[in-house]
Amino acid sequence: MDAQITLRVDGELRALTVDTRATLLDVLRERIGVTSAKKGCDHGQCGACTVLLDGRRATTCLAFAVAHDAAEIVTAAGLAGDGELHPVAQAFVDHDAFQCGYCTPGQVCSAVGMLEEVEAGWPSHVTADLTAPIELDETEIRERMSGNLCRCGAYVNIVSAICEVGR
Amino acid sequence: MRPFEYERAADAADAVASVAGRPGAAFLGGGTNLVDHMKLGVATPDLLVDVSRLPFDTVESLPGGGVRIGGAVRNSDLAAEPVIRERYPVLSQALLAGASGQLRNLATTAGNLLQRTRCVYFQDVTTPCNKREPGSGCSALHGYTRYHAVLGASERCVAVHPSDMAVALTALDALVQVQGPDGGRSIPVAELHRLPGDAPERDTVLEHGELITAVDLPELPMAARSHYRKVRDRASYAFALVSVAAMLDVEDGTVLDARVAFGGLAHKPWRATRAEDVLRGAPATEETFRRAADAELAGARPLRDNAFKVPMARNTLVAVLRELVQRRR
Repeated sequence: MDAQITLRVDGELRALTVDTRATLLDVLRERIGVTSAKKGCDHGQCGACTVLLDGRRATTCLAFAVAHDAAEIVTAAGLAGDGELHPVAQAFVDHDAFQCGYCTPGQVCSAVGMLEEVEAGWPSHVTADLTAPIELDETEIRERMSGNLCRCGAYVNIVSAICEVGR
Repeated sequence: MRPFEYERAADAADAVASVAGRPGAAFLGGGTNLVDHMKLGVATPDLLVDVSRLPFDTVESLPGGGVRIGGAVRNSDLAAEPVIRERYPVLSQALLAGASGQLRNLATTAGNLLQRTRCVYFQDVTTPCNKREPGSGCSALHGYTRYHAVLGASERCVAVHPSDMAVALTALDALVQVQGPDGGRSIPVAELHRLPGDAPERDTVLEHGELITAVDLPELPMAARSHYRKVRDRASYAFALVSVAAMLDVEDGTVLDARVAFGGLAHKPWRATRAEDVLRGAPATEETFRRAADAELAGARPLRDNAFKVPMARNTLVAVLRELVQRRR
């Protein structure tokens, strides 16, 4: 079964006919050619497919594209400004926060969304006082980033990269 | 994946009519469980009725002092909601202990409740499973059972309900508002999910086509000092081995009232009424807490790999109750 949808992806408006079974991830990669969203587990467990969906971080492998008609999507590729990396991406480079790099676009999008959640005052599982202002320390970052796996194990540098931007 | 049609519901009545009129239809919320199961071949709906954009996406005060949570409110928004953080912290804590940040941004209140009660065998279509295919047998019964039920299971199914949120709602005596083809009804959340018995294919008491539109929290002053603790194999982003949602009303060293629910132990969130009976009127001491836990867990029937859950549940409950008492001082 086909459906007509539009998506704004990294600033560009796209009109597509998609199979109802197509996930956002597959539409991004296979139909639109935006490959910065990565397919890792394809079951919502690894976070490699994380993008900003209508401004919030979300896995795209468990979202049918048809259900997100008219959505605004920003992938890691779309975070960059004019010839400049996004501060989070730059911090990943500065802190050597990756090895193979496959999980990195998802990590970066997740970190950008996560920092906005902190800015909005959202508590996390490790926040001791649910009503106090958030202090973004390493424990908070590790908990909030637990939906993004890195099989190279670059976690230590990922945490320090995010720490720098979050300061 | 099997082909399916997709409809975006205009309103609740439209959604209910669409699903109720077609045996193969299913509601779609955030999709984090259903889409996964469709990929695995565990769920094969021929029509998805999308209810995620219906206007049940607010948290509102109820006239009697309680709070109404819309069925389409995202788990992340609910956890961050000021009224929940202040008056029902156990619910915020439970939500934040579940899934990951990017999944909580998608998952809805109603969808979280209606995620399948499940185990690894249920999700593996190459193995027998009475829940997935009634009458085919239970692979877990003589298989790997670290994560399975110790309370209320049957010979047919030993899976557990994985929601953290539902455990907190059970302790809070939440009321589930449902709209169906024959009108609306309210179901206490403790009665929403079923024990497996002879029909493990049915997770809940809902009829096909019934839609959860809201969950109501009662006015419950003691919930302001409530707590959720989850024990799991990793520090984050893992299902519970055991979890406890609890609140205590203590005066002059005596427990006046208590609410306790366990997660990770049964086919449904487990309201610990036996433990509550021991707690009410007893001194708020560790000895009482141990007796309360023992009373509830006396009926536990562990499987090959999960006998550890019984002392783990006991110790977790005692620790949570002790913490609730200490924090009052």
